[in-house]
Amino acid sequence: MNTMEQLRRVLDKNHTIAVVGLSAEWHRPSFFAAKYMQEHGYRIVPVNPRYAKAGTPILGETCYAELTDIPFAVDMVDVFRRTEDVWPIARQALQIGAQCLWQQIGVLNLEADALAREAGMDSVMNRCVKIEHGRLFGGLNLVGVNTGVISARRLGARP
Amino acid sequence: MADHPFQPETLAIHAGQVPDSATGARALPIYQTTSFVFDSAEHAASLFNLQTFGNIYSRLSNPTVAALEERVAALEGGRAGLASASGMASEAMALMTILQQGDHVVAAGALYGGSVTMLAVSLKRFGIETTFVDANDPQAFAAAMRPHTRAVFAESLGNPSLTVLDIAAVSDVAHAHGVPLIVDNTVPSPFLCNPLRHGADIVVHSATKYLGGHGTTLAGVLVESGKFPWDNGKFPGMTDPSPGYHGVKFYETFGDFGFTMRARMEVLRVYGSTLSPFSAWQILQGTESLHVRMERHCSNALKVARFLKGHPRVSWVNYPGLPDHPQYALVQKQMRQVDGVPGASGLLAFGVKGGLEAGVRFIESAQFMSHLANIGDTRTLIIHPASTTHRQLDAQQQLDAGVLPDMVRMSVGIEHVDDILWDIDQALAA
Repeated sequence: MNTMEQLRRVLDKNHTIAVVGLSAEWHRPSFFAAKYMQEHGYRIVPVNPRYAKAGTPILGETCYAELTDIPFAVDMVDVFRRTEDVWPIARQALQIGAQCLWQQIGVLNLEADALAREAGMDSVMNRCVKIEHGRLFGGLNLVGVNTGVISARRLGARP
Repeated sequence: MADHPFQPETLAIHAGQVPDSATGARALPIYQTTSFVFDSAEHAASLFNLQTFGNIYSRLSNPTVAALEERVAALEGGRAGLASASGMASEAMALMTILQQGDHVVAAGALYGGSVTMLAVSLKRFGIETTFVDANDPQAFAAAMRPHTRAVFAESLGNPSLTVLDIAAVSDVAHAHGVPLIVDNTVPSPFLCNPLRHGADIVVHSATKYLGGHGTTLAGVLVESGKFPWDNGKFPGMTDPSPGYHGVKFYETFGDFGFTMRARMEVLRVYGSTLSPFSAWQILQGTESLHVRMERHCSNALKVARFLKGHPRVSWVNYPGLPDHPQYALVQKQMRQVDGVPGASGLLAFGVKGGLEAGVRFIESAQFMSHLANIGDTRTLIIHPASTTHRQLDAQQQLDAGVLPDMVRMSVGIEHVDDILWDIDQALAA
């Protein structure tokens, strides 16, 4: 389980997010999440062999086939893939020096989680990066969701 | 260190509201505005596509109203909430988000009269049928299930029957059929009972009652648990692309608050039973003292029930907080303890010796107990259902509805209990 404090730190310090399995179709959840994070100041790096092969950018960013193809540093790897497909992605995340492995809602690869933790990375499973950002930095509270935030401070500034 | 689990007393004051991000205002501002500016055409597009969180128009969402939604969701231990203009509007939204023409509902028989009318008359006009069953018998719910049953509806504590629902047993029946249990939790309030913790999937409230608590303001709230599997094949509206929202799949996109998002975007937005920001603010002032008021409502009501029980002019008393109530074990299981005994809320019913005439005389002789058709006020409220709310029914129909000729319903307030007992005693003597 990730505490609110851990999630806040992860979202505060990691600004470049490789989104593995990002779709270019506007109504897909991966596109929703990536677009939201881009609008909130994060750099999105699409990773999806289908679009990389076609040379199609997503959200205005070059799409790469593999994490290891990205020619610059990535802070976080956000995974929109099936649980059984996460292990090689986690290996590559480690290889490229990412600081955090984030598995989206419904994605719970325990071996990948253990690999990331043993390597000193932050690891998040079965959560949506957009929903957690909205929960901790404001936005999710506007649609009646129980954020769990009890505080006498204003919601933190976005990165 | 794990996140600290806050108690309901703290949630009642803080949940849903941190200092205002624009001004630092500590108390909740009333955002009395119809509309919200877009930063750019792109921002507007993201909002309309539901790709970012934010406000567009107060019919859909408003920051003051959202604070109430989150607070009640937190108090119920739910995932998300949605407010509306009244308890009836929230009940209608919960049902309309789930149901379509040809669907069937299994409902408890001893419901609030307005709920009976909604199910038996209004929704029936749209091709939705309801079977009413004995709320005391979980097997009766099971026996009434049909292939097209899509929801089970009941009250945690019936009004005015004071029937106690076996929430775990009835939710098991609903889940065995793959449908959600919706519980109206108005009478206990979220302080005394949390149906979601016992297996219910959706809770509805008339926030007009104990949540607001002061008899000033109408409001309703629905809360979802976030645990119901809407992708079990019975709820295509939750899983198929939405024709009203460019193909968004609500359950896939919003997950454990997909039901609330769909209720907001496909029912509230369309039918418009929106709560005003000022009303939400009024209800929120009430929630901050919910726990203190409920404890006093419970302790006063228990003393009133015991007093009535020993009164020579009273023929019977129905209060779930009395150990001889037939469902006292269930009350012990489902309701929060207040002063070492189960808190059974402030609602009770009793019979005045002498039938209908004596009941009317009692009501008319009260000095400060108010004769009106509401519950959950700070003031003690009384009503004689046979001569008022159920007047249009004949004697047999009244009996079927659980309304006896001599029955007085009382919503015990938080005045000094000795004064309440004095007013009861002098009115019974009249």
